[in-house]
Amino acid sequence: MGSRLLLRTGALGYLAVLLLGPVVMIAYRTFEHGVAPVWSALSTPTAEHAIYLSVLVTLISLPLNVVFGLVAGVAIARRRMPAGRSVNLLVNLPFAMSPVVIGLALFTLYGRGGWLGDWLSGHGIQVLFALPSLVLATTFVSLPFVVREVVPVLEEIGTDQEQAAATLGASAWTTFWRITLPALRWALAYGVVLTAARALGEFGAVSIVSGNIVGQTQTLPLLVEERFRNFDAVGAYSAGFALALISMFVVAAMTVLSRRKEH
Amino acid sequence: MAEAATVARRPAAVRLPVARIGSALGPGAALLYLCLIVGLPVAALADRAATSHFWAAVTSPQARSALQLTVEMSLATAAINVAAGVLIAWVLVRDDFPGKALLNGVIDLPFALPTIVAGLVLLSLYGPNSPVGVNVAQSRAAVLLALLFVTLPFVVRSVQPVLLALDAEVEEAGTCLGASGWQNFRMLVWPAIRAATLVGAGLAFARALGEFGSIVLISGNITFHTQVASVLISGQVESGDTSGAAAVSIVLLVLALVVLASLDLAVRRLGRRRG
Repeated sequence: MGSRLLLRTGALGYLAVLLLGPVVMIAYRTFEHGVAPVWSALSTPTAEHAIYLSVLVTLISLPLNVVFGLVAGVAIARRRMPAGRSVNLLVNLPFAMSPVVIGLALFTLYGRGGWLGDWLSGHGIQVLFALPSLVLATTFVSLPFVVREVVPVLEEIGTDQEQAAATLGASAWTTFWRITLPALRWALAYGVVLTAARALGEFGAVSIVSGNIVGQTQTLPLLVEERFRNFDAVGAYSAGFALALISMFVVAAMTVLSRRKEH
Repeated sequence: MAEAATVARRPAAVRLPVARIGSALGPGAALLYLCLIVGLPVAALADRAATSHFWAAVTSPQARSALQLTVEMSLATAAINVAAGVLIAWVLVRDDFPGKALLNGVIDLPFALPTIVAGLVLLSLYGPNSPVGVNVAQSRAAVLLALLFVTLPFVVRSVQPVLLALDAEVEEAGTCLGASGWQNFRMLVWPAIRAATLVGAGLAFARALGEFGSIVLISGNITFHTQVASVLISGQVESGDTSGAAAVSIVLLVLALVVLASLDLAVRRLGRRRG
């Protein structure tokens, strides 16, 4: 019994020092001087624009990756994907890459002297340091989440029910909407939560391609960094706490959904 | 039974309607999307690295120091995660105490927390105005701390389901037969969780190689001291040296891919030896 207590103390101590202590501390630092300064730091035009931009970019990348995740997931699970192995590598690549490297890859493609950069800017299309690059970077980093949730479920449920529906004369659409999608719902919801969380919080890739132009291409995570570097502690902690709060909802959703997924 | 199985399997060859519309259009569009979003930028990056003075860029003192520090820190992160992760997973599965369910959920927080906020969170407790009097900012300890924070869930979440599936009675039987706690762990638990631990540690290592957001504020970016590869790349881009940045990026990317591929291989070998 003594050794069990020792192990428990060790595990809890490690978590307290590394995780719980710092997270509690940021809440304390944020509200050290009350709620009013936090509120005013989050309602400056710059902060409001950063929140708006983060939400906007998420709302564009998320549907793209959900549709891709479903289509690619069905194709991979049903072995209808050409070049299966290379596709697998490409799908998982964003997880193996540093966010900074992802940002740089987009930078070299769409920047000056890049394969597409010169042509696009010649036609008056600005990708880097503008909304398109934010969307491209966010879509890249959050691409694998939905596919990776959907494929194992599709492989597990097999095709029996889809076949039955087809035999009974259901169209492809009907089969998808009434058989495949309902079976996928919890895995899909889990993937959506992970994608949205990553999209809202992405920092490295976005910091390379966005140029971090205040009030224009500055997302909420970029605002945190800029405020911190400019010694605006309240501003940095307020924005950071807002993001941390979202993460806590995400964790709660993950816990609930992963329990649902198992049934 | 055998008859039924063959009958049930046969229609699988028949193309389903879902698969039929998907058979040409769906996979084609998905593949195109994948190539445009992921493939093309990565190809452009490789091209930029190849046309630069690759070796000169990768072997410059600054790049070598940053890459070396990155690998050392990632190794240390993986090693500490093996010990801490297995311990936490064991306590979460075998132990019982008030607040355990909540704690179990909190483990995932580093995955959900934006990396820049992770850095800020650590700075608030272990930064210049530390209320506990511990200031690690601008030191290598800060880099390690940040890496440990963001990689915490990997080993825990990899080992936990395996421990859950492992019957607690096996350990109890070991104790009845006079085995010490350590003997129990080494001979009964460790063989079962070895592969899962390796997977968690490998993923943590690969993640640590590329980590940026949590490190950038707390490390202070001191060349030859706390500058890791990702922070170096970011600085190179800022100063306009995209070719140099691309070269270092390719090294980082290849390193991560090699780690993940050998991890895959090692797990398959471990699985075969056990099976």
